[in-house]
Amino acid sequence: MAKELWKGNEAIAEAAIRAGCDCFFGYPITPQNEIPEYMSLHMPQHGKVFVQAESEVAAINMVYGAAAAGKRAMTSSSSPGISLKQEGISYIAGAELPAVIINMSRGGPGLGTIQASQADYFQSTRGGGNGDYRTMVLAPQSIQEAVDLVQDAFDLADKYRNPVLILADGMIGQMMEPIEWKQRPSVELPPKDWAATGRHGREKNNFVTSLRIDAPDCELHNVHIQSKYDRMAEEELRYETIGCDGQEPEIILASYGTTARICWSAINRLERKYGIKAGLFRPITLFPFPYDQLHQIASRPGVKAVISVEMSQGQMVDDVKLAVNGAAPVHFFGRAGGSIPTVDEVADFAASVVKGGAGK
Amino acid sequence: MKKKIMIAGFGGQGVMSIGKSLVEAGMEEGLEVSWVPSYGPEMRGGTANCSVTLSDRPVAAPVFSRCTELIAMNYPSLLKFAPTVDPEGIIFINSSIITEDFDRPDVTIYRVPCDDIARGLGNVKCANMVMLGAVIAATGAVSKETVEKMIHHIFSGPKAKLADLNIAALSAGMDSVAV
Repeated sequence: MAKELWKGNEAIAEAAIRAGCDCFFGYPITPQNEIPEYMSLHMPQHGKVFVQAESEVAAINMVYGAAAAGKRAMTSSSSPGISLKQEGISYIAGAELPAVIINMSRGGPGLGTIQASQADYFQSTRGGGNGDYRTMVLAPQSIQEAVDLVQDAFDLADKYRNPVLILADGMIGQMMEPIEWKQRPSVELPPKDWAATGRHGREKNNFVTSLRIDAPDCELHNVHIQSKYDRMAEEELRYETIGCDGQEPEIILASYGTTARICWSAINRLERKYGIKAGLFRPITLFPFPYDQLHQIASRPGVKAVISVEMSQGQMVDDVKLAVNGAAPVHFFGRAGGSIPTVDEVADFAASVVKGGAGK
Repeated sequence: MKKKIMIAGFGGQGVMSIGKSLVEAGMEEGLEVSWVPSYGPEMRGGTANCSVTLSDRPVAAPVFSRCTELIAMNYPSLLKFAPTVDPEGIIFINSSIITEDFDRPDVTIYRVPCDDIARGLGNVKCANMVMLGAVIAATGAVSKETVEKMIHHIFSGPKAKLADLNIAALSAGMDSVAV
């Protein structure tokens, strides 16, 4: 297949259509507006549903309804808008429905800025709304990966009957890169025999709800939901390493999405400028987080420290510490509020850690 | 080969298009490419810029704090980004708009009167294509044939007559830099 140049937001929208998205519900917010814009033109052309909702809260509840009817449903927004959707996401997780949610994250808190940020890590990976639930979180670092992950997200949502969040940022939404539309293998998925589509001769209606008023019943439900997250951790972990295999890195940079690309350049800079061998550990699934895999790399002899590099004031660093669990010192480097760390900043900080100058 | 090209100017000068043309052509020629626009609370008459990477290896960081080439379509952009050009790098100056003195002895400077050349061709709007011509001639980043093919692709059907104008602008830009 020939490569095509696509803008991130538009590529994600097209990827969703190719993945069989039946319904899109959205509400405008920068820097993800090209997603609903693209959907508003192309979903009707495919005979699919596009609705610009009256608010983010309405949009996520339309997703809830469409998913309950067994349709592949998606919404997209950016940080403040994603916050507004949290109640609906909790209900969708509680009602065990599949849905895909895109967060083209921007700087916060509050309305913050429209520039790229990774400050929604906690919200994304710890549930975000009320109750004991998680969304599966996939973090692309390029347009190609975003396209691939969006298509996977619909299958994963159906497989686990759980919302899947694509956590990207404004830069991935706005930039253009070449992509290939790959032929995707067809995945066997469980039938949606739970969907509220009418009785069809069954004795009882399917009933979709997140309400379980009796405590013992609700506890059982929680235990069941947790078992799905345990299964995700068994079956769905995704990560990538650079400069770790067959090499002896002195320092490991842990980073996801856009900042992982910057760390990739920083690794080369560290070698050239300081003669320091560095490796990159890039989680692609942020929930479930590849704890054991990072622990193994951090435990290798010769690794002096692990640095979590983020566009936040330090969020993924908590998971990095849980993963490393004392095997090596863990440091943090971040820029916040829409500022993007430079390759030099990251390389210089890592060099100072190797030389023992930087605090934890 | 790795080129990190910063393209900057006023909104409306076609700086995003110069960048898109470079990455489209680069992709066509089998290079790894990325294009990152500045986006923000810009206003009419404000500045616009994009960061373009052309490389024979996968592009790691798509944004950069230092560039190998700067294309400055107006004076504020030149002032802002000239210090970020690598030594031995190239600065392209739209000398129709930038009349102020500027020098940096450790880089190569091309002064291209983009708007004047474009006006001479009958349409000042193709000033960005003049600059693109100068850039591909001076850097050899992509070939003229690839860019021409792309222009024919963009300006097809009822817009076909604009293809000739843009190709003329590209050629005039190439001729304006003696390489």
